[in-house]
Amino acid sequence: MTTTIKTRGRFGVYGGQYVPETLIANLHELEQAFEAASADEEFQSELRAILKDFVGRSTPLYPAERIGADWGGRVILKREDLTHTGAHKINNAVGQVLLARRLGKTRIVAETGAGQHGVATAAACARAGLECVVYMGALDCERQRPNVERMNLLGAEVIPCEAGSRNLKIAINEAIRDWISNPGDTHYLIGSVVGPHPYPTIVREFQSVIGREAREQYLEREGELPDAVIACVGGGSNAMGMFAGFLEDDVELHGVEAGGNGEIHAAPLNSGSPGVLHGAMQYLLQDGEGQILNTHSIAAGLDYPGVGPEHSALRDSGRAQYHVVGDDEALDAFRALSRREGIIPAVESSHALAFAKRLLGERPGLNVIVNLSGRGDKDLPSLMERGLL
Amino acid sequence: MSVHQLEAAFARAAEEGRKALMPFLMSGHPANAAFESNLEAAGAIADVIEVGVPFSDPLADGPVIQAAAAQALAGGTTLAKTLDVLQRRRPGPPVVLMLSFNQVLAGGVERFVARAANAGVSGAIIPDLPFEEQGDLRELFASRDIALIPMLAPTTNEARMRAILERAQGFVYLISVAGVTGARDAYPAGTIDYIRKAQSLSPVPVCVGFGISKPAHIEKLYEHAEGFIVGSALVRGLERGESVARILKPLRAACDAALATGTQS
Repeated sequence: MTTTIKTRGRFGVYGGQYVPETLIANLHELEQAFEAASADEEFQSELRAILKDFVGRSTPLYPAERIGADWGGRVILKREDLTHTGAHKINNAVGQVLLARRLGKTRIVAETGAGQHGVATAAACARAGLECVVYMGALDCERQRPNVERMNLLGAEVIPCEAGSRNLKIAINEAIRDWISNPGDTHYLIGSVVGPHPYPTIVREFQSVIGREAREQYLEREGELPDAVIACVGGGSNAMGMFAGFLEDDVELHGVEAGGNGEIHAAPLNSGSPGVLHGAMQYLLQDGEGQILNTHSIAAGLDYPGVGPEHSALRDSGRAQYHVVGDDEALDAFRALSRREGIIPAVESSHALAFAKRLLGERPGLNVIVNLSGRGDKDLPSLMERGLL
Repeated sequence: MSVHQLEAAFARAAEEGRKALMPFLMSGHPANAAFESNLEAAGAIADVIEVGVPFSDPLADGPVIQAAAAQALAGGTTLAKTLDVLQRRRPGPPVVLMLSFNQVLAGGVERFVARAANAGVSGAIIPDLPFEEQGDLRELFASRDIALIPMLAPTTNEARMRAILERAQGFVYLISVAGVTGARDAYPAGTIDYIRKAQSLSPVPVCVGFGISKPAHIEKLYEHAEGFIVGSALVRGLERGESVARILKPLRAACDAALATGTQS
């Protein structure tokens, strides 16, 4: 990987550690622990065993032939929806729980948007016997109710955040404030490639198993590399995990941001400008005074005004391209995959599928891998209640 | 106003044998007109005034200041309006702005520094701009005679404390406890040791903030600092309809205690 921890977490001008002084010691401690763990074969082999036996890796690379025929190309799905707890988030959660244990922390705080990261963290903490507190926007608690119930069952305390936009951004604010108040015993288990250094690097590394596997599996099956890989981008962890496997290859990287209802969206790489939020320089949706704007997406996991610093750098360099898919187009893809392939995708991942359809419409015959980052069971109650299915 | 005014304000307090009192007001809170009159009232009591520019997502603030910021933003408060008020009212004591780094970045750092200087601002507290990220910004601020106020926390180790203090200007802001802003009943063990260590190393006055809400807090930490910052307690009192003078009077008296009791500072 090109940009590493050695450059103090900068990806070009993006990244950094824009956090209150109270947290600096924790970030330094975390950086050291991560470097040591990366070089520690015992840590790595324990992580591999957990990924295999608890998470259920490797996940299949599945050719979705009927949907491919419908859309005019080859659509290959990386089945992160088949991991334990139903989304790629678990890859990072089990890795960071091992790091937290190495640091001697007894308590984990996390934020969650769609609830997938919260569920993954709750499961990883239950397995490791750590206390777990999950901050979740009150709006997201309503629209992802099944995940709140799962977190409770797994022994986590879910704290609904009522401030402002009542979504992922607010949950991250609260999780960071909790960490500032409890820096001694608590590890903040951030769920995406956002936040201050070293988090974007740590989360990318724990998620890069997606891209590594996908590359190997595709090569083994096809004897060559795909034309493009596609993933949805909120904070951007599933996309960064997938892209990490193909950065050095002649393979197109496509990230898909949430276009919301057209008027209000969550697409900072397409419509934002650089700024600092949650500890890092990154593309942001902000006004002329630097206030963070409200976002909207049908997908709670994409409903975020910022995006990881590495994606910000990949956008500027042109190595990856970022597109926008709105609520309706994503829902069409959600229904299509369910009907034609027997797979119910997360509404987040449906944004990536919808872009695959668009891309194949423009350039028929391409071979594309779509990261099916999560499964859609969590979305059913809310979508059905609103008459959207 | 300038770094020198800031230094002069602390020097005057020290000469007069008392501690500096630095109340915090949120710009535009509880309403625009009330903020202006509160600024004037605080000016008559304070040695230095800290003025918060409301931000949508403040990480280091507790519920009281978060709510005040949200209310001020809803009332249309901006950086431009805040600087305009400061320029017009010139409250007397030097003013230090408190805001998030993204608000400084939004219009360009150089432009921010120029505008703040024109409004008579003496210093800036940017909680999410720690030492390593300041780079050459300290010099940029200094070029317009604005102090970029360094912050220390209980989690700051001694080597880092030394590095930060070596370049300190104006005063150093000591975060009293690991946490967000807001009133607390008591300080954890070790607080005094940490403050004493900072005071022994600091070339500039040491001011303690976070959780200073009662005279008893100031009395307990009196010998170990040159000034006290009162934020949430003031904002909460204003929310309840109390006057600036009434809220600050007992805290002012605690800061002046040496005059009354002869306590050595």
